[in-house]
Order: sequence, then C-alpha cells, then structure tokens
Amino acid sequence: MKNIEENRCRIIYVLYKDEEVLLKGIKILIDKGVKIKEVYTPFTIHGLDKILNLGKTSLSKMAFIYGFLGMFLSFVLTWYTMNYDWPQNIGGKPSFFWHMNVPAFVPVIFELTIFCTAHLICISYLIKCALFTGSKDQNPDTRTTDDKFMLEIIDQKISNELINFIKKSGALEITMKDL
Amino acid sequence: MMSSYESPIRKPLILGKKYYNDLTKDVSCPVETKAGKLWWISFIIALTAMIWGGVCIFYTIGKGIGTWGLNRTINWAWDITNFVWWVGIGHAGTLISAVLLLFRQKWRLSINRSAEAMTIFAVMQASIFPIIHMGRPWNSYWVFPIPNKFGTFWPNFNSPLLWDVFAISTYFSVSTIFWFLGLIPDFAMLRDCSVKPLQKKIYSILSFGWGGKAKQWKNFEEVSLILSGICTPLVFSVHTIVSFDFATSVIKGWHSTIFPPYFVAGAIFSGFAMVQTLLGIARKVLHLEDYITQKHVENMNMVIIATWGIVGIAYISEFILAWYSGSPFEDFTYFSTGASTGPYWWAFWILIICNVLIPQALWFKRIRKSFLWSFVISIFINIGMWFERFDIIVLNLSHDYLPSTWTGFLPSFVDIGIFIGTFGFFFVLYLLYGITFPVIAQSELKTILKSSNEKYRRKQV
Repeated sequence: MKNIEENRCRIIYVLYKDEEVLLKGIKILIDKGVKIKEVYTPFTIHGLDKILNLGKTSLSKMAFIYGFLGMFLSFVLTWYTMNYDWPQNIGGKPSFFWHMNVPAFVPVIFELTIFCTAHLICISYLIKCALFTGSKDQNPDTRTTDDKFMLEIIDQKISNELINFIKKSGALEITMKDL
Repeated sequence: MMSSYESPIRKPLILGKKYYNDLTKDVSCPVETKAGKLWWISFIIALTAMIWGGVCIFYTIGKGIGTWGLNRTINWAWDITNFVWWVGIGHAGTLISAVLLLFRQKWRLSINRSAEAMTIFAVMQASIFPIIHMGRPWNSYWVFPIPNKFGTFWPNFNSPLLWDVFAISTYFSVSTIFWFLGLIPDFAMLRDCSVKPLQKKIYSILSFGWGGKAKQWKNFEEVSLILSGICTPLVFSVHTIVSFDFATSVIKGWHSTIFPPYFVAGAIFSGFAMVQTLLGIARKVLHLEDYITQKHVENMNMVIIATWGIVGIAYISEFILAWYSGSPFEDFTYFSTGASTGPYWWAFWILIICNVLIPQALWFKRIRKSFLWSFVISIFINIGMWFERFDIIVLNLSHDYLPSTWTGFLPSFVDIGIFIGTFGFFFVLYLLYGITFPVIAQSELKTILKSSNEKYRRKQV
C-alpha cells in the first residue's frame, strides 16, 4: 500500500464478511475516534443503530399525525356529503345532524384513517430514505445486498497505522478513494 | 457483541447448512433461469381460463346480468359467493405479515412474501364481481365520493355496500404498499446480482436506488412495525365490513350479530388453507424445500384448527338459534335441519364434510406435519369455504318469507365461466410473480439464519 498523505480528505470502503466482525470493527474504529459515515448491510443488524448513535426516527409520531389527518378528513367528508350538501332520508336514519348520523359513518372513518396513515407514512419513509423510482443505486459495492458488509469512512487523519488496524479488525478488503 | 441470539433448543427454521450467499442464490435462481416446461403448461392453462373468463365478462356487459342464473328470488348468487370467497382468501397474507410480525413469529419469514402476493391477487379477483354486478361497470367510479355528471350526488355513507368499497380498496392499496416496501431491499439484491441489462434496468427502477444503509434499515424496521400495527385492525375490519352486507339486512339467516367475528375467523381459516395449497405447489416447483419446512406447515395447520374452533362455535350457534327461535322460516337457514334435508341438502353436506369433518384430521400431529395431507386437506377446506358462502347466500334466499316466491338456482355457463376466469387470472398473476419476483423475503430471512441453526446442530451431534 502507498504511503498515506496526511491532511487529505479520503473515502475508505472497508468490507467485512460477517456482521459480528463488522460490529467489532466499528467499535474499534469509534474508540479510535474515526468518524463512520455510513454502513451498508444486506439486512438489519440489531444493535448497529445504538453503536452508530443514530437516534430515534420520527416516523411513529408522523404516523400518529397522519392518522388524525385522515380521521379529520373523513369527518369533513361525511358531514359535507351526507349532512350539509345533500341530506337524504335513507331508511329513516337521522340525516340533518352529523353527531346523530355518525355511528353509520364509523366504518368509513376507520378505513380512511388507515388509508391516510399508511399511504402518507409510506411516502414519508421513501423521502426520508431518499428512495425514488429510477434513482442511482446508493450502495458503493453490489456485494452489500448479497452477503458482505461495508463501512464508509471519510476522514482527513487516515494513517498507515489506522489502515493496519482496520485490517487486523477482520476486514476482508479495503478500498481508498480521494474525495 | 452478538447481533443475534442462538438458541440451542429451537429447531432451525431453515434446513441445510446455508450462508447468506446461498439464500441470495436460491431466491434469485427462479428469476435468472428460464421457466420450465411445467411452468409453461400451467401458464397456458391459466391464460386460457383467464381469456374464457374475459369473454364471459364481455358477454355479461354486452347482454346484461340476465345472462347469469339469477332470478327474482335469488338475486345474489355466484357473484357474491365468489366475491366473499376471494376476499376471505385474501386475509391470510396480511395477517401473516402484520399480526405475526407483532407477535415476533419468525417462521412467518419464509412464507409472508408469497402469502402477501396471494392476498393482493385474490383481492383483485374479488373486486371484479361487484363491479360487473353493477351491470354498467363504466359507471363504477360513482361509488367514490367524487363529483359526477349528476352534480353533487354523493354515495350513501350509511350503506354497508359503500363501506365495502372503502374497506376493500383500502385493504388492497395498503396491502400492496406493505408488500412493495418489503420488496425494495430484495429488488436491490436482484438488481445487483442480475447480469442481463434489461433485467438489471427493471430491478434498478423497482429498487428505488436502495443501498442498505444503516439509517435506511432503521427506518425500514420502524415503518414495517407501524404498517403492521395499522394493518392488524384493517385485516379484522375488512371481513367484518363484508359480513355487514348480510348482517345489517332483514333476510332470515343473514341478520345475525355473530357474523362479524364468524366471517373474520372463516376468512383466516380459508386464507391459511389457500396458503397451504399454493405453497405446497411452490415448494416443489421453485425448490423451496429448505425454506418451507414441516414446522411451517404444522404452524399453519395450528392456525387453521384454531380458527376452525371459532367457525365451529359459530355453526353451532347458528343451528341452535334457528332451532330455538321456533320460526318455520328459520328452519330453512343455511344451518338448520331443514337445510340438511331440503332441496340444497347436497350443498349443506358438502359444507359439513369439507369444513367440519375433514379438518378434524389436523388434531393428529402426524397429519399436521405431513406435506401431502396438509395439501389435500387444504383443498377440501377451500371447497368447503366456498360452499359455506354459497349456502349462506343461495340457501337462505331460496326460501324467503313468501312461500310463493320459493325457487332454486342453477348457474349459467357465464356464471361458471367468470369464476373459472378469475382462477385463471389469479394463477396467471401468481405464475408471473413466481418467475419475476423474489418469492422469499431474503433480506428478512437472513436475519434469522444464525438464530437457531448452529447451536441446535451441535447439540444434535
């Protein structure tokens, strides 16, 4: 390996063949003060988010708000169509006051609440993960969707010593690129 | 630090000594290799049935629903039977994905993808029937609350038929997005391992640029949990609302308060039976023997027998209530002594044999664990559940409150043709899915690869 020039921003891809080795490697690097930019894995690794200190996602709170939005929309829809715009006498059911008519609207209110929550949370998830139709593949190595695990490090203080350390941590392959 | 716990006593959910790459190969194999002779024969048969069904639908639309075997007394028959049957079948997929995810049942991972596909395709078949029953399907958009050519003429939100529209369309679209979100990481795997340029391009579009980043996985877990949480009541609501079509009416044998839980249990019962049937075939054809094991078959059979218990209680309740009412009209409900000896005795006894007697074999462990017997019993349950709906609808309608209107029902060739056509359409979709989609949720299955295999094997040695 070439001698590494100090104070030059580089991107390093470290490939591991097993998730246990990957987790050990990440811990060693974090202890060394190396900032890990990204980790690419073929499946969820439990505990990885805590090691990387990813924090909580806001998706649950968003789902709750979307649910309320859907419920409110269905309230407005049933009130406007059935009680305000064109009230009809259907089987003698009360049609002039929404609160008297509402038991018959419960199924539609329920379904619309679910509909809005599910679709809006799905859109939010795709936006949060930057997933769009036809967008460029986000993984730098195709093997990371199969059976390999990859670390992405961007740092200025990358020394030969650190690289040797990464190798010893069980890395299968190390690739370096200038930014 | 261990990312997964290895149980020394739990039997492995995946057979054979497999590593992550083996899962990738096994899942991508049917996609990358050409379809076999058996697949083509099945596809041509299904396509022919679908075309025949399409011809019958066009004939119905051209001539009107007078081409069906309906009459003034039995004005709902095969169409609504088929609708309820297909919707019922569509219940297992989302139940497996959502409810079993909430209960942390890992065995679901080998079967959830295909069960969800079955759900979506079955709901598509179900939706055909109410639309063509309208007589003027080009006006079917009137059921949605959108301005139409009559100005502000809104659909009736008090009607169970409209509740059905909202329930089925919500169930279909939510199940589809739930299914698709789970497919994105697997499409990315196919994108990365495919060698053909066109295939790579298609999977690249479908994978939305998925990279498997740590944050993406965290969000994926969160969104899966949220969708499971909201899909669980959705699954139960859909067949509850379908049962309202009958339960809110004034027809004898229909206006029963037991219908919502009874219909939901029946739907899960028939849905799991259909999963057994389809996976029984897929397991052999797509060589998934290591992933769909005896444990999966046994667990599904346990769900079948548990839901049978609920359905059985509902049958007994219906029978006792009909008898205890003392009403002569109630003696002709689908579960009564009149039904068992009347003109539709054969439909009654097919239901009893297929749905009550044959599933009892599943109490025996040897049968519950047998692939062949599970497959055979599942077919009988599918037939039995179709007859249950047929009996509820046709048998109850045939003997109404007015004896002078009592009559029978004989399906026309159009009725039969459309039903066969939906089978064809269902299998066309399922067969295409089998060779183009990852049939197993490999990215999720990889998480349990180390959870039980090694220590169990060591203990066995």
